[in-house]
Order: sequence, then C-alpha cells, then structure tokens
Amino acid sequence: MSAEKEAVKDESMLLQKAMISRNYDAITSKHETGRKVVSTFVPGNLNELVMCFDMLNNLPEINAIQAGMRKLSGGYIMEAEKGGHSEDVCTYVKADIGQMARGNIAPNGKPFPDPDILLLSYTGCYTFMKWFELLREQYKCPTVMVHVPYQGDGHTTQNMRDYIVKQLKEEVIPTFERISGKKFDIDLLRELMTRSAKAEDDLVWVIETAKHKPSPIDAYFGAVYYVGPIFSAFRGTQEAVDYYKVLKKEIQYRIDNKMGPITPEGEMKEQKYRIVVEGPPNWTNYREFWKMFYDEGAVVVASSYSKVGGTYDMGFRHDPKNPLESLADYCLGCYTNRNLPTRVDILEKYINDYEADGLLTNSIKSCNSFSAGQLMMMREVEKRTGKPGAFIETDLVDPRYFSAANVKNRLESYFQMIEQKRRGVKSAA
Amino acid sequence: MRCFIGIDLGSTTTKSVLMDENMKVLGRGITGSRSNYDIAAAVTKQEAKIGTRFTLFRDRLASNGKAQDAEHLISDLERTFRLEQFLYMLSELESTCDGFVSGPRVVGKESIIREALDTVFKNLRSEAIGIYGPNAARKSDFFRDIAGSRYMALAEDVAKKADLNFDLLVNIYDKSINEIENRMSSDDDVSKWFVKALDRVLADGSTLNKENITSAMNDTLSIPLDETYVVGTGYGRVRLPFPKEHIRSEILCHGLGAHMMFPGTRTVLDIGGQDTKGIQVDENGIVENFQMNDRCAAGCGRYLGYIANEMNMGLHELGPMAMKANKVSRINSTCTVFAGAELRDRLSLGEKREDILAGLHRAIILRAMSILSRAGGIRDEFTFTGGVAKNEAAVRELNKLVEENYGKLKINIDPDSIYTGALGGATFAHRACN
Repeated sequence: MSAEKEAVKDESMLLQKAMISRNYDAITSKHETGRKVVSTFVPGNLNELVMCFDMLNNLPEINAIQAGMRKLSGGYIMEAEKGGHSEDVCTYVKADIGQMARGNIAPNGKPFPDPDILLLSYTGCYTFMKWFELLREQYKCPTVMVHVPYQGDGHTTQNMRDYIVKQLKEEVIPTFERISGKKFDIDLLRELMTRSAKAEDDLVWVIETAKHKPSPIDAYFGAVYYVGPIFSAFRGTQEAVDYYKVLKKEIQYRIDNKMGPITPEGEMKEQKYRIVVEGPPNWTNYREFWKMFYDEGAVVVASSYSKVGGTYDMGFRHDPKNPLESLADYCLGCYTNRNLPTRVDILEKYINDYEADGLLTNSIKSCNSFSAGQLMMMREVEKRTGKPGAFIETDLVDPRYFSAANVKNRLESYFQMIEQKRRGVKSAA
Repeated sequence: MRCFIGIDLGSTTTKSVLMDENMKVLGRGITGSRSNYDIAAAVTKQEAKIGTRFTLFRDRLASNGKAQDAEHLISDLERTFRLEQFLYMLSELESTCDGFVSGPRVVGKESIIREALDTVFKNLRSEAIGIYGPNAARKSDFFRDIAGSRYMALAEDVAKKADLNFDLLVNIYDKSINEIENRMSSDDDVSKWFVKALDRVLADGSTLNKENITSAMNDTLSIPLDETYVVGTGYGRVRLPFPKEHIRSEILCHGLGAHMMFPGTRTVLDIGGQDTKGIQVDENGIVENFQMNDRCAAGCGRYLGYIANEMNMGLHELGPMAMKANKVSRINSTCTVFAGAELRDRLSLGEKREDILAGLHRAIILRAMSILSRAGGIRDEFTFTGGVAKNEAAVRELNKLVEENYGKLKINIDPDSIYTGALGGATFAHRACN
C-alpha cells in the first residue's frame, strides 16, 4: 500500500517540518528555559501578541491533527470516551483530552508541559469555549477569553472592532503582562506585524497560483502545508518569511515548467478536473483521501479550509499602523465567523475566479461550526454557477468515520458526472 | 455479431445486460456476487448470452411465421434448459463432493458416506424434474439456493437413517459448493444444454416441425456473440478484468439506465443491497446531482434481508405479508440491528407481524425520502429501481409519501428494474463505439 511508502517531499516541506520540530522542542523544554506557554486555537490566533511577551504558542488543534496523521487519534478518542465524552463531541476535543489522559506526549516524544495560560481568542466556534473549559479544569491555569461577535449581517462594524480592542487592552494584555512578567511593547508588535504582512502577501501569491492551468499546487491537500506557518506559531517570525521565499521559488519553477502539484507519490501529471472544496479535510486517512483525487486527475484549485486561519486572499493583512485594530479585524474575519450568504459568495467567487468544474463539500460529522448549512450553501452555489456540486461526509480525526469505499465511490461518481456533463449527450460515454 | 455488455457488480447480486447494435436488449443475467467478483462477472455475462440465444432463437422462429407456437415452445425450452443446466451442475457437485470424502474425520466411514451421498444425489436428480416442471414455483433461481436447501433436507434424513453425523455431510457440501460456484460453464456446455433441452421438449410430442426448429436452433447457436465493448459498474467494478475507461460509476449507470427505461425520468431512487441513491438526471439521462447514504447503510435492501431472517421468512414473503396490515406500527429505527430489537419488542407487546412489517417498510422509505430531499427533492417523472422496487409494500409506502410531499407524480417501476445499472452500463458500452 502506498501509505507505507516514503512520501515525496519538497524542500519547503522539510523546512516546515524542522520549524514545527523546533517549536515542539521549545515547548517541551519550557522548564529548562523558563519560557511560558500559551495554549490557543488556530482561527483568531494572536501569535504576534503572544510573541511580544516571549511566550510560546501551543495549539491543541494542531496537536490533534498531528495525532490524526500519525494514526494515534483513534486511541486518544477512545480514551476520552472512557472518560465520559460522548460519541458526538468534536473529535479534536476528544483527541486532545485523550492525549492528556495518556501522558500528553508531544510528537517529539517528550511530555507536553502544562500551559501557563489558556487564550481563547475566537468564539466563532462555540465548542472552543467548552474545550477550554475542560482544559481549565485539567490545568487549573488562568484563562483569558476574547469574545468575537458573529458577522450575522455579513459585515463587521466599528462597534465590533472597538469591542474586541477593548478586550485586548483590558483583559488580554494585562493578563499576559502578569503571567510573563514582561511589559507590553506596541512597537515590537508593529515590527512583528510587518513580517506577518510580508508572509501573508506571499501566502496569497501561493494560493492564487492555482489560477494557472495546469495548477502548480493543490489548494486543499497541498495548501494544508502552505498555510501551516501562518496559521500556527510562526506568523510574525523571520522563519515564516523565509519559508515562503523557498516555497515561492518551488512553485515558480513548477509554473515555468508547466508542472502540477507534488503529491506524496510525486508530481501530479494529468489535471482533468478543477475542484473547489468546502470544509476541513479528514486527517486520519489523509494520504488515502488525497490519492482518491489525484488518481482521478482531480486537483483542488481553491478551498475554504485554507482560509480558516485568515482570509488573506480577500484582502486582509495584519497592519502595523493599527496593530490592535487589525488583530480585531483578523478575529472577526475568520471563515467560520462569516455568515452563510457570505460563505456562498466566497465559494461562488472561487468557482468563477479559479475556473473550477464544481464544488465538493466535505462535511465533518462532529464539526457543526463548519457543517451547519453546508448542503444549502452547495445548492445555492450550484444554482448560481451552473457547476455541479457533490457532498461527502467524513470526520476530522476519528478514524471510525472514514468509510473509504463510500467516499471513493462518491468521488469517482462525481468526477465522472463532471466529465459526462462536459462532453454532453453525444459522446456521453 | 457485435454485442455491448454492461455488468453491475452489486454487493448481493451481479447483473448484466447485453444489447445489440440497435440498442435492443437481447439478454440479461443475474447471479450471486459471492466473494469473487471475477467469477460473478463471468457467470452473469454467460447468463446474459444464454438469454440472448433465447431471444435470437425466438426471433428466428418468429421470422419463420411461427410466432404463436414458438412462444409455447420457448417457455418449455427455458424450463428444460434450466433443468439441463441444473442436472449438469448437480453431477459436477456430486463428483466434487466425492472428492472431499477423505481426511481424518471420515476415516473408516468412507463407504457409508459415499452411499449416503449417492442416495442424496439420486433423490436430488429425480426431484429436479419436478423443481423445473411446468408451473413450479422456485424460491430462487440460483443453483446454490435450490440445490443447497434440498441437499440439506435430504442429507439430514439420510444421515439419520444411516446413523451418520449430519455435520459431515454438511461440511462436504460446503466445501464442494464453493468450488462449483467458482467454476465457469463454457460456451460448449451452454450449446450442449440447448441441444439437450430442445430434444427433451420435442420428444414430449410437440406438433411443430422438428426439423425446422432444430435447424433454427443450430443457426442460433452458430452466431458468434462478440464482446465488442464491456462496461462495468457497482462496488466490485475495480475487480473487473478490463481497463479503467471501461468502468463507470454506478450513479451514472443507474441514471442512464433509468432514462433508457423511462425517458421522461428526472429523479431516480435506487434502493440496493447496501446503499440508497437519490439521483437527478436531465432529459438526456445525464446525472445532474446525487446523494447516497453515507457512513451507515441503514434502511437499505440488506435491512429487509436481516428482518426476514429474524422472522424466519423468505425475503420475498415480507412485502405480501406487510400488505395485509390493518395499521402501520411506528418503527423509528432504520439501523438494521436496532430495528431487529424493535421488532422483537413489538412482537412481545402482542402487535401483529403484518403491522410491524408495514412499519419496517415505511421506515425504509422514510429514510429514502430524506436522501431524496438532500439530492434536491423529487421531480416528475420519478423512477424507482433496485431490488426493493420489487417489494409491493415498499412501493405502496413510497407512493403514499411521494404524494403527501410532492403531489401527484408519475412513478415508474420497471419489472426488470434490478438491471437498471447494467442497462446503463450496456448503453455506455454502445455509446463508446458508436
């Protein structure tokens, strides 16, 4: 089976792997170095602010993804279920809770130290709040929360922005100062944000290269790697800026040579279908899932998941001139904080801008934050674009909810349906 | 002649359809899918060719102006052909069983076992004439089912009389039937059965001109049936021994197949053994949208199979019994196992079997309605396909629910709807060459 084979990796992937390892090493050696650790989430993460206090950023979601990809999440989830967490709870939460119950071992093999503070800076996902409630119970450490108003009307207001800035000023910053013993330095924040914006520009360049034909990237399976540094602990670092330089070079080379994305089995040669994907991927069978696409010649040209940690392609940048306001805008602009009509608009725009053949929704059983309304969204996008949609269901990190035969069957049917529609009745065979 | 074949490898049965240059369906074949899709595909293809030979023979007789006499002859011939085929397979089964009379478990008992087997098969052979007699009803068309149930009954009796462990005979049968099922009958075998069957029919005092008929049969058998293009679909499709371009998704095949049966079709519901599909097609049979059950096969055909086992009934008896219901028990679960639990619970409360069955049928259809809504609802005309479309109680519930939710629509059900996927496949095969 291909899963046993060593995956083909670009230089940028190796670079990122090293960055992530270094971050895990820094976290697990906090007792030796005396640095403080913040646990927080990907959407709405305030990495620059965390860095201002020389604290380390640990992301339980990313840890759950890592556990999923390393085939450990199944055991963790069962452990959490033993502890009384029911079957329908978000599987990121259960993987995290189960991991703690089993010694909380980081990917580098060392135990995760307890965090010094829990920072909940995004409430667009209601489960996050409950998740941190559980973690607070476990770690008995201070918790600080930024309440982020939902964009129910499809736009943000000055009031919303002021409300978040007020929370940053009155709650988050003073708490961080207290925990870290460092004074907040807004100029340092500005400096970090300048680097963020540079990396964000490059990320957008990367993501938009999928407009090329053939597309040099896969904007779902591949983009998961490309967004990594910006979505996690590296936004605002020089490492992230350097990473995107390397990545851009790789992608430029592929554009110049009319090459496709690099899959775990090497370059994808044939691109028969250009797909937009809505919803997060499945992590437990990630390679198997991706293979179902590239084996059929399907390349993902745009995805909403690659925007969960920031909707940069819609123009947002961290702004050193207005640092706290731009952090507020960042939190407000998260993909799942957008209302359903806005998400429909975004997906419609992707179909048109990236000249895609259709919209595939991967609906996640245990993620209501993403899944609610997805079928209606898909219908609306189909209606507006005239391009066919398809709906599959998997899960984030619970391997029990990935039914490979069914998913493959539906994907193949979908791709063949696109082909058939494209050719029309005369040559429908 | 050029033939275009579609094969649908389902979880329960494998079906095939053979059509000619003019897209006329000449033959259909069905067999149990077993665990071996290669064999199932080959067997069902052979069955479709057998069906084709019958059609060609019928056409030939009709062209000789003997259409009416021919119908009678053909129906006798179909019966006797199946008898010949059954007898042939029985002799194969017998010699295979004989080969398994060995090993430590049977030491010292070989002759008594052989004697027992001999009696069982002798009786089976003499029963065969009755099984395939005129107007005889068979519970199944598959050799495994017919031979198996009779073998068990006869062997139990023989074992008791001979003071022999019945399990020994069961064990020998189990090993042998698997081997027999995985054996292919050749074109030569098929021709021989046709000739023998025709001899049997004509010997029964037919008033037709024997010479003409025999020559028509010889002509029919001499037509080569070329496999010009074969398209495979269904869950076992990747196991088919042909290239990827010849493989189509079952969604596309069911959509096109339903369109071929009823060109006005816009929405298709297919309830198969392990999945339920809601498909929207355009005026050319091209799929526009579809939904399937996911992660769970609740409410599929297999559900009824399980319920039939639980109630110790035949699958085909469920529908007729449910039709006798005076009221519909409320069954909430479409989970196969939970429904079994609900069933036992209701029985213990004294509810009538037919009412409970009516409730179970309704539960399946409610689940299908939900999948259809997700696929964009039901449009006129609405075509219902798959094994469950043969079940009158399911159809009754569907009619009711469709009318309640979508108003009066034209609902199509073809008696051969189990072949919808294969028909779509054959049509794709034809389109690939024309």
